[in-house]
Amino acid sequence: MVRAMRWVRGSGPATLLFLLPMLLVFGLFSWWPIARTVVMAFQQTNLVEPAHWVGLDNFHRVLTDPLLPTAIRNTAVFAGLAFVFGYPVPLLLAVVMSDLRRLRGLYAALAYLPVVVPPAVAVLLWQFFYDATDTGVFNTALGWFGIGPVPWLVSPHWVLPALVIQATWAAAGGTVIIYLAALTSVPRELYDAAQVDGAGVLRKLWHITLPHLRGIMLVTLILQIIGTAQVFLEPYLFTDGGPDNASLTVLLLIYNYAFGSTTGGGDYGDATALSLMLAVALALLSWLYFRLTRSWSE
Amino acid sequence: MTESNSFVSDDDLRRPAVRAVRRVLNVLLLAFLVVVALGPLLWLAKSAVTPAQETLRRPMSLWPSGPDWSIVSDAWTSLDLGRYLVNTVVIAVGSWAVQMLVATTGGYALSVLRPSYGRFLYGAVLVTMFVPTVVLLVPLYLTALDVPLVHVSLVDTYWGAFLPAGASAFNVALVKRFFDNLPSEVIEAARVDGAGPVRLFTSIVLPMSRPVLGVVSVFALLAAWKDFIWPLLVLPDPAKQPISVRLPALAPVTPVDTFLAALLVSTALPIAFFLVFQRFFLRSEGIDGAVKG
Repeated sequence: MVRAMRWVRGSGPATLLFLLPMLLVFGLFSWWPIARTVVMAFQQTNLVEPAHWVGLDNFHRVLTDPLLPTAIRNTAVFAGLAFVFGYPVPLLLAVVMSDLRRLRGLYAALAYLPVVVPPAVAVLLWQFFYDATDTGVFNTALGWFGIGPVPWLVSPHWVLPALVIQATWAAAGGTVIIYLAALTSVPRELYDAAQVDGAGVLRKLWHITLPHLRGIMLVTLILQIIGTAQVFLEPYLFTDGGPDNASLTVLLLIYNYAFGSTTGGGDYGDATALSLMLAVALALLSWLYFRLTRSWSE
Repeated sequence: MTESNSFVSDDDLRRPAVRAVRRVLNVLLLAFLVVVALGPLLWLAKSAVTPAQETLRRPMSLWPSGPDWSIVSDAWTSLDLGRYLVNTVVIAVGSWAVQMLVATTGGYALSVLRPSYGRFLYGAVLVTMFVPTVVLLVPLYLTALDVPLVHVSLVDTYWGAFLPAGASAFNVALVKRFFDNLPSEVIEAARVDGAGPVRLFTSIVLPMSRPVLGVVSVFALLAAWKDFIWPLLVLPDPAKQPISVRLPALAPVTPVDTFLAALLVSTALPIAFFLVFQRFFLRSEGIDGAVKG
């Protein structure tokens, strides 16, 4: 018994052996890159000559880049549009779905289907939908109602709404599943008690269902903000930031600093300085998210 | 008595107005889901077997000239889709294996073996959740170019795609939490019977953890299949790229019908995978998967 218990609390070779994969993978591909971001943000490096310290030069250059306000504004507009259009959709779908007595699984599977489509494939497919000529897919459909043609991706005014519609389509199903799980966990006694008190459907919905969802609604909101702050794939593949930088986002700007073909790339210091600033902003949001999920699950 | 907990009770259902509104909402919901969620995929399926001229001139016509299956087989051979699908499967399976290894061994050490520094380590793992991977793109790429300690480059090797996928704090947390809740009597009994740490792991803990391993597996495989930006950076050699990275490069040089057929082929496998394993995706554990996505 004593011998059997010894390895349990020890830091013996077996424990280290089991920890080794995690230590190696996290060490090399998570902890080290994080540490490196902080260091490189204050360095100038081109991978050929040794890196040297430049103080706050990278931050100064990034913060005075005329493209930065554009990128921040586009990212904020994207997040705002995603909130106005994308945020209520999964909630409405899930509330109606949760009342289904039969076939709920089929409805949920249908709603989740777009989440399974690889994002690159989805964007390439939607490029056909967004064809700006009057024989484009959406423009043909809109033409039946006498609307359009809408210039979609070629107009600086339409490009962000178009990207938000596609991103909402791609992501809504995952949020529907989160809401459905929360909706089915509302204690039945609450509904029964309200019923006894004579509450109708709408009063139960307003006074029991929605208050019960408040915590998870806040969580999905923060998740959505974190997600939209990192929007990259849609502007990169749909328009590469265009037209006229109208869909240039913060992450696309970081990518262009480091790997961009038009700007030459290779500005790893600038890229990490902007990454660091974005990471701090996102970390604050994530911390908030973590606090909320904890209080929500307790 | 109501069957399920809903804001509409059986008593409410006796009122004709409630029944009518519910019926209308259900029909609207189904119509919405079919048109919006399924519609784009149905359009893709139709256009993948329709000649390019038809699709370009009248994209919304239902069934212009009947299915032309040769478009799909042409796309398969002319674009060499088989090779890119194999690459994608290799990347997905390899990333899955690394994630499983890291999450199960790490979760086991932290939850069952519990070394004195375990809390500190778990904290260091959880902290990485606050730092999104996309923000780390540049230093991660430079690390892959010249891995510390061993000084090899992972660029254009599949290890460059597999290994960073393993650094998922959500997987470790999910698995550790599950291990924490395993019945301690079973683990104690195995210890008393003289099972060592390795034996306890392989014959007791892992077999009892099938549900959580299933959830981690399906989300790991799907995430690897969906990944775009990291394989784009770490696998610049087209011959090694997965299909999602290859498709954007093929778009400008491929006829429309062939290209749409290629899109259909690259979507078919993940959809089939989802339909087979949907119970894993549609349960509440999906919350963590959604966070990761």
